[in-house]
Amino acid sequence: MSVARASWVKTFCRKGRKEIPQRALRTARYGLIFLVACFSHSLYAQVTSERLVNSAKTPQNWMMYSGDYSGQRSSRLDQINVTNAHSMVAKWVYQTGSTGKLETTPLVVDGIMYATGPDNRAFALDARTGRPIWMYQRQIPGDIRPCCGRVNRGLAILGDKVFMGTLDAHVIALDAKTGNVIWDVAAADYRTGHSFTVAPLVVKNLVVLGVSGGEYGIRGFIDAYEADTGARKWRFYTVPGPGEPGHDSWGGDSWKVGGAPAWNTGTYDPPSNQLFWPTGNPSPSNRGEGREGDNLYSNSLLALDADSGKLNWYFQFTKHDEHDWDATQVPILADVGGKHLIAQANRNGFFYVIDRSSGKLVSATSYGKQTWSDTKDSEGRPVAKKEASPTLEGHTVCPGALGTTNYMPPTYDAQTGLFYVTARDQCDIFSTAPQPYEAGHAFYGSAYFPSEEARPYLGFLKAIDPATGEVKNKFQHTSPTWSGVLSTAGGLVFSGDAEGNFIAFDAATLKPLWHFQMGGAVYAAPIAFAVDGKEYVAIAAGSAVYAFGLP
Amino acid sequence: MTRPGALCLVIVLAIAARLEGQNPLAGDAKAAKAGEYEFRINCALCHGLGARGGGRGPDLTRAQKKHTHNDAEMFQVISSGIPGTAMPANGTNGQGVGMTDEEIWQIITYIRSQEVKTPVAPQGSVAKGKELFYGDANCSLCHMVEGRGGRFGPDLSGVGGSRTREAIIESVRNPSRRLAWGLTEATKEFPQEYESVTAVTSDGRTIKGVTLNEDSFTVQIMDSNEQIHSLQKDTLRSLTKSRESAMPKYDADVLSDKDLGDVVAFLTSLGVK
Repeated sequence: MSVARASWVKTFCRKGRKEIPQRALRTARYGLIFLVACFSHSLYAQVTSERLVNSAKTPQNWMMYSGDYSGQRSSRLDQINVTNAHSMVAKWVYQTGSTGKLETTPLVVDGIMYATGPDNRAFALDARTGRPIWMYQRQIPGDIRPCCGRVNRGLAILGDKVFMGTLDAHVIALDAKTGNVIWDVAAADYRTGHSFTVAPLVVKNLVVLGVSGGEYGIRGFIDAYEADTGARKWRFYTVPGPGEPGHDSWGGDSWKVGGAPAWNTGTYDPPSNQLFWPTGNPSPSNRGEGREGDNLYSNSLLALDADSGKLNWYFQFTKHDEHDWDATQVPILADVGGKHLIAQANRNGFFYVIDRSSGKLVSATSYGKQTWSDTKDSEGRPVAKKEASPTLEGHTVCPGALGTTNYMPPTYDAQTGLFYVTARDQCDIFSTAPQPYEAGHAFYGSAYFPSEEARPYLGFLKAIDPATGEVKNKFQHTSPTWSGVLSTAGGLVFSGDAEGNFIAFDAATLKPLWHFQMGGAVYAAPIAFAVDGKEYVAIAAGSAVYAFGLP
Repeated sequence: MTRPGALCLVIVLAIAARLEGQNPLAGDAKAAKAGEYEFRINCALCHGLGARGGGRGPDLTRAQKKHTHNDAEMFQVISSGIPGTAMPANGTNGQGVGMTDEEIWQIITYIRSQEVKTPVAPQGSVAKGKELFYGDANCSLCHMVEGRGGRFGPDLSGVGGSRTREAIIESVRNPSRRLAWGLTEATKEFPQEYESVTAVTSDGRTIKGVTLNEDSFTVQIMDSNEQIHSLQKDTLRSLTKSRESAMPKYDADVLSDKDLGDVVAFLTSLGVK
């Protein structure tokens, strides 16, 4: 249903409540249109948990961070395809008026787009025209110091509410039609370095999200809140407390400031009712001294029961990490060769395939430049070389602290059977810089900077075959990019670059078919949606949101 | 002392220090050590390990600085950045977290501890160097200083305030070793460099020059006649880039050590006010 019609219906329905008898009697035809319109309006207004489970079947909508629970970020829309992509045009631009990076993945439900911006902004747009419907901005305390920018990666939706994690570590519910605050819950104290930048994930009636703050020595957690009230249903601490399994993987009292944040959106498997949520680096991020042990459950994939938050299994990608290699990349659920798998292109330079039911590793294959591991353990996990540890003088390790990839979401395209991910080849000099823990202060324990000997720093879009781990195709960007990737049933893959281009690639060859210069670097990920039966592809760049379509 | 009392005292001291333009941690060796680590985390990316200058940022061990004359100004520069330059405001470089006031003072303490107290006596003649720059050494064919000179190479008006003598000598003797940073776009991680480029157009024209900017689909080139070319990559017959600088190598046969000393004396005198 079109937005124009929706707002017309809204006005008419509201007015109509009193006027129904007269109008309906006067013109039966008008009344019929009105009834159908009102009916369809109320039918589509509510986002139910069933609609979320089946979101892939309604590709006109983009109802959660990765498009659907599998995390594949792949759309079944095919109106824009390899034969006509070259003719794409910009349809609209929405300027947020903000400074700072836009990392948002917009949602689109029934013709309305919901997105976030820097500095705790949220807004709803007419997805057909880009015209704002409401704008919200939460006041930020003056002494907030979130790591890595005052960013937000998006909203979640259920019923008539959208949900947002805030930079001052609150979880809020906004009225989807007005942007009014419905509830507001403090999850943690922002003054100790806790914040939210993650797009929440709604599962059944729960709003699930993970905390940021791995640079401040927080104790990480994943929370679930009742969508109706904001009451917290469960919390899973990603660093086990005394007496809990895994606690002995932390030397001394280091668990108290152990980090392991959970700042990117996980995925969900409805049949087993399991959440798959990835975690970030142990704190301090680049100094292992003082936190001897594997440091569970940092840099891990957690399989959690969605109702209780109970841990079913975990898989740790990087043990006792000293290079800031958060494992917070989206774990994509994909069925390949009849097997139920999870695929993750990890920041540490390896592409992992894991059995979804057992949590056992299937394969781990390097997909970029890495120098930290040349052996694997009995289960096939890459093992770190001793000499990869940072030193006082500093030495070069690949990948660098930004990783082979980072938070930018990848896509799995079931049509090509390939996993597409933004990758970078950059090595850093890692040197130790011992720091005492002080609440709310940066807690890196080290410094890193790009290694001259590893120049130039290269950026790619890579297509990986999950069956073999082989990089089948790649496109080299002019410089490394922070853009996520989208695939569509039109045989296309979309991504952006640091120079401001939005690019449509042939999914089979990674040859660019079309591009548009947006005038600002991309830190967000693309989505596809449709209004009035017309397909759009949208992405945020610079300080604006762009929508593209066919002429 | 009670906690609020202590806090008040700290605030009063801090305000007093700010008013006086003084560093409350000046000369404190422990603060300098903490500042060294903060420097590595927040500043070394551009200013280099040991504050001796990196690809982008000036050498901060020079006692004379371009933008700051005292601790208060340095605090201001670290807090707010320098508009119109690559120097970002505290906490806005997208990597790492912002620093507290105390941490900024620690960094200032560290920088002060690294400064070379007695500036090296100028070697060479500034006047002779200027003559060579605009004359026989042919520098000004490509480089501009305060509005006079060419455009093909980087403008050197501020080079004295941002590069050490050693770095300038290296760039004259071996220009390809480290190409200068060029255009810095606000949101781009790495600025363009003075890469040499040769483009052959579809009609067979050859354009040689340096890249002003580039993305995956287009390249903007300045040739040695200072003409700017906007080229679509997919229409070119070829595009070859090289890490060999367009600047000729000034070895001792071309520029004697004495003449080099004079040119460097002139260049190091620039941009320091």
